[in-house]
Amino acid sequence: MSFISYLINGVSLGSVYAIIALGYTMVYGIAKMLNFAHGDVIMVGAYVVFTVVSTMGLPPVLGILLSVAICTLLGVTIERVAYKPLRNAGSPLAVLITAIGVSYFLQNVALLIFGANTKSFTSVVPLEALELAGGQLILSGVTIVTIVTGIIVMVCLTLFVNKSRAGQAMLAVSEDKGAAQLMGINVNGTIALTFAIGSALAAVAGLLLCSAYPSLTPYTGAMPGIKAFVAAVFGGIGSIPGAMIGGILLGIIEILGKAYISSQMADAIVFAVLIVVLLVKPTGILGKNVQEKV
Amino acid sequence: MKKLKINKTTKHNFITYLMVFIAFAAASLLLAAGQMSSLMEGLLVPLCIYVMLAISLNLTVGILGELSLGHAGFMCVGAFSSAFFSKCTEGTLPDGFRFFIAILIGAAAAGVFGILIGIPVLRLKGDYLAIVTLAFGEIIKNLVNVLYIGKDQNGFHFSMKDSISLNLDPEGQIIVNGAQGITGTPNDSSFIIGIILIFISLAVILNLINSRDGRAIMSIRDNRIAAESVGINITKYKLMAFSISAAIAGAAGVLYAHNLSTLTASPKNFGYNMSIMILVFVVLGGIGNIRGSMIAAVILTLLPELLRGLSDYRMLIYAIVLIAMMLFNWSPRAVEWKEGMKEKYLGGLKKRREKEVK
Repeated sequence: MSFISYLINGVSLGSVYAIIALGYTMVYGIAKMLNFAHGDVIMVGAYVVFTVVSTMGLPPVLGILLSVAICTLLGVTIERVAYKPLRNAGSPLAVLITAIGVSYFLQNVALLIFGANTKSFTSVVPLEALELAGGQLILSGVTIVTIVTGIIVMVCLTLFVNKSRAGQAMLAVSEDKGAAQLMGINVNGTIALTFAIGSALAAVAGLLLCSAYPSLTPYTGAMPGIKAFVAAVFGGIGSIPGAMIGGILLGIIEILGKAYISSQMADAIVFAVLIVVLLVKPTGILGKNVQEKV
Repeated sequence: MKKLKINKTTKHNFITYLMVFIAFAAASLLLAAGQMSSLMEGLLVPLCIYVMLAISLNLTVGILGELSLGHAGFMCVGAFSSAFFSKCTEGTLPDGFRFFIAILIGAAAAGVFGILIGIPVLRLKGDYLAIVTLAFGEIIKNLVNVLYIGKDQNGFHFSMKDSISLNLDPEGQIIVNGAQGITGTPNDSSFIIGIILIFISLAVILNLINSRDGRAIMSIRDNRIAAESVGINITKYKLMAFSISAAIAGAAGVLYAHNLSTLTASPKNFGYNMSIMILVFVVLGGIGNIRGSMIAAVILTLLPELLRGLSDYRMLIYAIVLIAMMLFNWSPRAVEWKEGMKEKYLGGLKKRREKEVK
């Protein structure tokens, strides 16, 4: 029974990773850049909810909506101010370093406003814990909500990308920017939309993450951000289903590793699995193998 | 009279060496005159460490053209292997000689790790390579945190669990104590040794770049397929650059370990944050530009200290300066503007000169 409960917890943590990884992978697919500030957007989202719900005492729904709205705006602003001028820069590393700068910036703004002390985040999930199999299997409300949210996000995003015009435009831009522009697609608008969706997802992820692990500091987002990045690469970066599979697998491996091998070495195990997968399949699980042309 | 002709690269390299020497002389003068605050004095060795890390990573990123996010891991290997050696031989070997051996051991251990990690990893490309090096860096840090080594009359004892399971004799001594790391490493690092190490690393890297091997490495960066088709052994040269880069990072780690009395592997000093910090030096200084990355390392290390007066706001300003510098250095529009300004002022100068000649 304990194995099943670990597994479910793993899927729950994995859903959070998957939601973050979706943001990473969409931005990577379209802008060909690693958005290192993505993890810090999660942290901003969590702080917004914290301020609205715990400090101001307003209803959680308002906090969630406000958090998504602010993160969306933040994502678009970051893209506009820091990344767009470097889109055609000589080296792809330039924008990577700028992203790191943005990440430092967000962390330090949060540090100035909220201080370095750990804030205890009150869960925004009102659901009671669920007892299954005669009390042997206890699922907390957060776990259930996280998994359900994860599924909803994945289904909606897949439908959006594959069925809607804006989603098709995203695929086109990620395939070939120049050709997409010639077909009358608004490239700048599409990229901004991608950042908006990615950041809104980050806000949702921040909410779920902090409801499950209720300690909030300015550095909360950094490690989940890196893990989600690993998840995105694991599944094949740029691929949306890949990010989902990668995220969930990573969550399961982490929880099982913590439970059965060593809690101190859980991160090392996650990374070791990643290395093995990439050595066997160098472009991730669902990554496309692009043939090099001479 | 016949003018002494100096090769352009020789001249270029000479300026680089001279720069380090002038910086060294200036710092020593300030030190001798007592004009340097104790804070700055404490920064001298870290400066040497960062400069070494920056130039060594530039070999991987700039010359070999592969993005590595795990450079701090090699530094960690160098630091712990050398601190372990120093701790074991303290009192049995003369100080200077022991530190010399410690540097060799740290560099060699990191170099070997570079080869071991490089063999599987260098098959990957681009972002996949970056993420795997990041993963290796984190694994090294994580393993060091659960490593326990003790010594008694029966020899060495290893454990991955805790210090009790080492089964030491009562007189036994714990050397590596898991997350508490190594305590009581002798303080052998000094500014002069740091500068000497920088000179050695510079000599190794600059000579490598201008050698046949270096050109082979750069050809892989510029076009791997073309390089392969003219018979260059890709794996060999990639590994060569990667392991040399790792070895220099290891030497920097030795300097780091012997600068502090307690050596622990925290996310702050050997985690990915550190690797990214080094990458920032390299990119800001100019990818492939050894001299630039040295300057960037010095400026970015001193900047937070110079901004200390602003207390709480200093890291915020650091972040803004970083973003602004990147935008100014790399965005196509800024580059165009800079070219335009150059044309306007220097171009005008040129025209005037041409007129004068007429």
